[in-house]
Amino acid sequence: MNGTAGGIGALPDADCESALQDDVRDALARRQPLRIVGGGSKGFLARSAEGEALGVADHRGILAYEPTELVVTARGGTPLAELEEVLAEGGQMLAFEPPHFGASATIGGAIACGLSGPRRPFAGSARDFVLGVKLLNGRAETLRFGGTVMKNVAGFDVSRLMAGACGTLGVLLEVSLKVLPRPRCELSLSFEMNPLSALQAMQDWASGSWPLSGLAYDDRLRVRLSGNESAVQAARRRLGGEPAECGADYWRALREQDLPFFAGAADLWRLSVPPAVRLAPLPGEWLYDWGGAQRWLRTSAPAAEVFAAAASCGGHAMLFRTPMASAARFQPLEPRLMGLHRSLKAAFDPDGLFNPGRMYEGL
Amino acid sequence: MTHRSHPSEQLAHHVDKDAFVRALRRKLGPEAVLADPEDLRPYECDALSAYRTLPWIVVLPQSTAEVQAVMQLCHAAGVPVVARGAGTGLSGGALPVENGVLLSLTRLNRILAIDAPNRLARVQPGVRNAAVTEAVAPLGLLYAPDPSSQIACTIGGNVAENSGGVHCLKYGLTVHNLTEIKLVTVEGELLTVGGMSLDAPGYDLLALLTGSEGLLGIIVEVVVKLILRPASARALLAAFDDIGAAGAAVANIIGAGLLPAGLEFMDAVTIRATEAFVHAGYPVGAAAILLCEFDGLPEQVDADVAAAEAILVAARATEVRRAADDAERLRFWMGRKAAFPAVGRIAADYYCMDGTIPRRCLADVLRGISTLAEEFGLGVANVFHAGDGNLHPLILYDANRPGELEQAERLGARILQLCLDVGGTVTGEHGVGVEKIDLLCRQFPAAELAQFHAVKRAFDPHGLLNPGKAVPSLRRCAELGAMHVHGGQLPFPELERF
Ligand SMILES: Cc1cc2nc3c(=O)[nH]c(=O)nc-3n(C[C@H](O)[C@H](O)[C@H](O)COP(=O)(O)OP(=O)(O)OC[C@H]3O[C@@H](n4cnc5c(N)ncnc54)[C@H](O)[C@@H]3O)c2cc1C
Repeated sequence: MNGTAGGIGALPDADCESALQDDVRDALARRQPLRIVGGGSKGFLARSAEGEALGVADHRGILAYEPTELVVTARGGTPLAELEEVLAEGGQMLAFEPPHFGASATIGGAIACGLSGPRRPFAGSARDFVLGVKLLNGRAETLRFGGTVMKNVAGFDVSRLMAGACGTLGVLLEVSLKVLPRPRCELSLSFEMNPLSALQAMQDWASGSWPLSGLAYDDRLRVRLSGNESAVQAARRRLGGEPAECGADYWRALREQDLPFFAGAADLWRLSVPPAVRLAPLPGEWLYDWGGAQRWLRTSAPAAEVFAAAASCGGHAMLFRTPMASAARFQPLEPRLMGLHRSLKAAFDPDGLFNPGRMYEGL
Repeated sequence: MTHRSHPSEQLAHHVDKDAFVRALRRKLGPEAVLADPEDLRPYECDALSAYRTLPWIVVLPQSTAEVQAVMQLCHAAGVPVVARGAGTGLSGGALPVENGVLLSLTRLNRILAIDAPNRLARVQPGVRNAAVTEAVAPLGLLYAPDPSSQIACTIGGNVAENSGGVHCLKYGLTVHNLTEIKLVTVEGELLTVGGMSLDAPGYDLLALLTGSEGLLGIIVEVVVKLILRPASARALLAAFDDIGAAGAAVANIIGAGLLPAGLEFMDAVTIRATEAFVHAGYPVGAAAILLCEFDGLPEQVDADVAAAEAILVAARATEVRRAADDAERLRFWMGRKAAFPAVGRIAADYYCMDGTIPRRCLADVLRGISTLAEEFGLGVANVFHAGDGNLHPLILYDANRPGELEQAERLGARILQLCLDVGGTVTGEHGVGVEKIDLLCRQFPAAELAQFHAVKRAFDPHGLLNPGKAVPSLRRCAELGAMHVHGGQLPFPELERF
């Protein structure tokens, strides 16, 4: 399915694989580190990598889309918005609801960053939906892993390993993703509640048979229901609450961090924790998503304190937005685990070409 | 049949067996180390029993510390190690190597913690799959991945194979239902990968380790996700007089945006065998049946069942039954769950294949399989996870008839080639093990295989963990390639399978 009229970007589909391969080969010959740039929408997420820019946004286009197979394959530079539009026409969606963080976001960048939106605890994460990849490794080889079928255990699961690796293991040329039908009906509710009762309610409802697709708490408890009309209405009747106006907008704004909570310059932390835990008190403002499993914190607390609080309950933290360019962003890894990360990095990218230092120093 | 590994995948060492046994016994105690041939015999194969190798030594550690001690000794001495759970694997993944230690994890069989509020359970690798669900059932919870072997297979084995089951269509494979693995490395160090949260910092090692067939480390603890027992479940049974129509119905159900909890296919041979075995009330005259289950909120389930029923009728089902109650629903499933043993009663032996294909190709591939079966003069029973496109052709043969096992293996290789030809894979959930190692040379070019080896070396630089499994050496593939005879044919049907 070439030349999709995406409507969003005016750019045509293009196959830049051999040019990208040449660029990597050339960088390899010069031992020149590369900074992989898709749409540039998520550059703020991690530390800035050193190196020459390797632009991948021109390598774009949907290569195959089979609605009945629930699979789509697209080049890494394909705009996320364009991909989602095509899926919507087929009555389907990326069920992990990836944040865009800007109109230029690409599918390759979304997978490399491995972020998922509000639907994640109910539908699965970015990595859960990865079925296959084609990548350029640090030896400038083009490699294919996984495929387009639902179950595949031939060889190590390199495809899913790419999700969230921030491009440090290779350049994502193509990804094949499982897609899901869009729910027939979606409805948002909101409830007046204090934070503690909200955590309890989220826990109770998440362990019920409700057709949930969103469970968040800012000043109110927000619930999104998805399914067929009768199920959504039945759930609505039994849960009570008020139908939230602009329901769909709320979840988009939450995903895109367009809510007032996310405005301002204070450090924004993402804490990924077991949903029912009560965290050690940290100063600042909270917003809960994922039924309590993903918690956003605006704080001026020192990084060490936030990392320690997250780790103490079996979770981890990430400094998501900060004005300090050089700050460590991800939860520190235990030295042996870090050693394994280095070995794996060397297995894909022996000369350390791709995004050096973006995830962790020395990786 | 004795399995011989490829020379390039063998690891030589000159360790004195008696001295090594003594060293192991000092760490684990005398009865946890087996070295007499009659004690080793039960470990010589997994459920792919056509391949057998007597292990050098078997160890039965009881704790993580003991697993670490075993790994430290083996690592220092350069002795290969093969991990083993319940030995229900169908691809020879737990097949011993003749100069290696077979590390049985069955004594690490405790459920360490159940965390109901966070819907997690922390278990040791030797815990049986079904034991997890049994333990959490009083809390209204369950562990979703449900391989047919669930009463016997272990969580460690499930993780190592990324096992699936009937309910994986909706609830995901093993990889989707874990949050943490504790791994003993080849050096004997203990690593924690993942945590109690939905994701973890750093690379997604959890995904990489899942399905790694014991090649990257020894899994000694796992945190699994639990789900709530669905509020309601309803099942349909549809009969077809043509397998193609049944295959098309599967594609239509998925294509219509329905997400069944399970969608299973059984062909005429399987229907008759199961009916004779468990009397589930299946329509014995049918060419195929589909079992289709929905679960969740009753309103959702009712609407989905009605939609699926309409699709099945439109797809020319000759009969569609709705289970009137839970008892009837369980009767529908009873036959499916008993299908493998039932087929075991109608043939002296069967050989279970495990390819996955795009669903739209189901009808064509099923017809292709029956043509091949006729060509080879062997029976094939098809019972499989249709919703995922995951085929399990069971090739019927009699190992006591000279040549029939080899014939069955050749037919199996042809069937898997058929799966590759339509863009599928040679294994959906049973793993590569030794069984499909040659086929991996077909599925992956040399550069991809070299990348797998690089990943392997990052964990296990000397290749001590489960040598000769899952990823073929480039030399093996080169030799197979050199023997390539003619297009479309596998290069090795004439050869004895190693
Ligand atoms: C009748 C029958 C039905 C089956 N149905 C299904 C099915 O529906 N779906 C499915 O997916 N599979 C099925 N299987 C296959 C098999 O049950 C699964 O692969 C299962 O996960 C194997 O578990 P096990 O404990 O028996 O592992 P084993 O067979 O002992 O080992 C399997 C592999 O895992 C490795 N391993 C085991 N434990 C560890 C550990 N702790 N650390 C590291 N590596 C380890 C071994 O080295 C080996 O490579 C079936 C098998 C049978 C016999």
